[in-house]
Amino acid sequence: MAKPKPKPESKSIPQLLKAPTGIQGLDEITGGGLPKGRPTLVCGSAGCGKTLLAMEFLVRGATQFNEPGVFMAFEETAKDLTQNVASLGFDLNDLIARKKMVLDFVYIERSEIEETGEYDLEGLFIRLGLAIDSIGAKRVVLDTIESLFAGLPNPLILRAELRRLFRWLKDKGVTAIITGERGDETLTRQGLEEYVSDCVIVLDHRVSDQASSRRLRVVKYRGSTHGTNEYPFLIDEDGISVLPVTSLGLQHAVSTERIPTGIARLDAMLGGAGYYRGSSVLISGTAGNGKSSLAAHFVDAACRRGERALYFAFEESPSQIIRNMRSIGINLEPWVKKGLLFFQATRPSFAGLEMQLTMMHKKVNTFKPHVVVVDPLNGFVIGGNEVEVKSMLMRLADFLKTNQVTSLFTSLTSGDKPSEVTDVAMSALIDTWLILRNIEIGGERNRALSILKSRGMAHSNQIRECLLSNHGVELCEVYVGAGGVLTGSARLAQEALEQAGKLTRKQETERRQLELESKRRALEEQINAMRAEFVVRETEALKIIGQEQAQEAQLLRERVEMGLSRKADAATIKQKKRSK
Amino acid sequence: MSKKSVHDSVAVFEQALLGSPEKHYTLKLYVAGSSPQSVRAIANVKKICDEYLHGRYELQIVDLYQQPQLAQGEQIIAAPTLIKKLPLPLRRIIGEMSNTERVLVGLDLRKKA
Repeated sequence: MAKPKPKPESKSIPQLLKAPTGIQGLDEITGGGLPKGRPTLVCGSAGCGKTLLAMEFLVRGATQFNEPGVFMAFEETAKDLTQNVASLGFDLNDLIARKKMVLDFVYIERSEIEETGEYDLEGLFIRLGLAIDSIGAKRVVLDTIESLFAGLPNPLILRAELRRLFRWLKDKGVTAIITGERGDETLTRQGLEEYVSDCVIVLDHRVSDQASSRRLRVVKYRGSTHGTNEYPFLIDEDGISVLPVTSLGLQHAVSTERIPTGIARLDAMLGGAGYYRGSSVLISGTAGNGKSSLAAHFVDAACRRGERALYFAFEESPSQIIRNMRSIGINLEPWVKKGLLFFQATRPSFAGLEMQLTMMHKKVNTFKPHVVVVDPLNGFVIGGNEVEVKSMLMRLADFLKTNQVTSLFTSLTSGDKPSEVTDVAMSALIDTWLILRNIEIGGERNRALSILKSRGMAHSNQIRECLLSNHGVELCEVYVGAGGVLTGSARLAQEALEQAGKLTRKQETERRQLELESKRRALEEQINAMRAEFVVRETEALKIIGQEQAQEAQLLRERVEMGLSRKADAATIKQKKRSK
Repeated sequence: MSKKSVHDSVAVFEQALLGSPEKHYTLKLYVAGSSPQSVRAIANVKKICDEYLHGRYELQIVDLYQQPQLAQGEQIIAAPTLIKKLPLPLRRIIGEMSNTERVLVGLDLRKKA
């Protein structure tokens, strides 16, 4: 009997090996990093962060993945580079001393050079080869090799030599980043993408409406899938972060825990328990409707429970918020002092959207709040960037949900728009949406609150009047009756009117009752009188009856006596005796 | 070494002040192994030097494969590279030195056309 055939190789086909960059987010987009042992082209216009990306790739490689690297700089001197990246917390001198990195500045001065015939770049090869071998480098950065074209004559030779260089790098098995300045029509000025074509990453730094934003896009990646979108990234004191790709899925766990809103009546409206933990809440409404006050209640309630709250304020300064909230009886200051509440107040125009988003991410990651307030969302909308704002907010909302942070956003609705529409069209992201609107009746404006939606819970469909008293927001029922929906003084007036009506009705009833009572009494008296009369008549009648009976008895007696006296027969006497 | 170069540059400076046309040349030719390019470059340099700088030059030929660390120290990228250390200014003449006119321009023996 033949042995069962060995199954075809069950192990998966070896995938392209990748060298993790260690750069936040980039490894997620590229599915693990740059192609290992191959050159990658990073191109972009001036100031878009090419050098930094390359440097971070090397530093992370040296510090996190034990892959030493060689940085060959064609533009900046080693000293300049060291100084420049020190601001990101990279200590190049230390890495160099520990033989984790070689920094080689290639000095090319066009005026010093005279070309006298065919040449090659063997000098560069030897130099690079020595640097690689001296520390056993696994990573190489050439920044920006295109400078060679400016410094050396004869581009034809250069092209051929560069082609040879990239092949040589591949043969060496080092993972390389080659940076290139963006050209007019091509990705790089010298068309390097023709030679380095395993992986091409384009960086972009654009300014729209005075706010700058950086983008990263993986244009191609041979032998691997990769995210193809433009991903915003930013450069801050921790280096580059490409953000945020962790929430590309919709897999966050949800909680059934409920947390109070800070207003008992509102809790009651929301199925009696408040918001879900980790849900996103939107309070939208026109100006001055108490959005921030509701937010303050929420924050106050969270701090009372001992939870941490993070308040992103984009319109007011922290002290202004504290002062204003004190006027409605909410004192937030102790929470700030206790460290439970943190205000992050910036102007939305202070930085680009991505920067804002990342700063928010960072703050959330470091402060680890239980609840987050963003007040208001609209600040982000500058000009026509709704699409970007929406994608940004989506990422923010997702990020917060993933971290089980309950988020509360406020949104200012402009007067001419229906209140069900937010400027940033993020309604679909929202779990619980409260609407505050003005009701103008009888020469006054009054605030009314209603729940537009609240996913996963029974909630009130009633409009409540929202009163800002000196002990917080109070919700009371609006007058809904024959007179329509009334609020404010109109409601009070209507209520007074109703009260009066009620009183009148009550008096009427009482009067009727009295009347009835007196009628009853009159009737009873009548009855009594009649009864008395009857008694009299009855007595009389009985009296007559008695007399008649007496008379009859008398007659009988007289007859018997008569009989006796006439010596009547015994039977009659007997009968008489018996009747006695 | 540094003392010597200081001394040298002083001498050169003095010579320049005197306006003497007979400058002394310190040249270094870096080649990468014994490739045909290297061989041609060495031959061409020697020929030009003998012809134009007879008796007043010092030529050192360095094989980068033998002393790779010099590539970084001397900022060599291309090979072959002839560095004119003295007289100043420093010049790098790259290529196989087949264009004599250009070599002479590089050596400041000819005005640039």
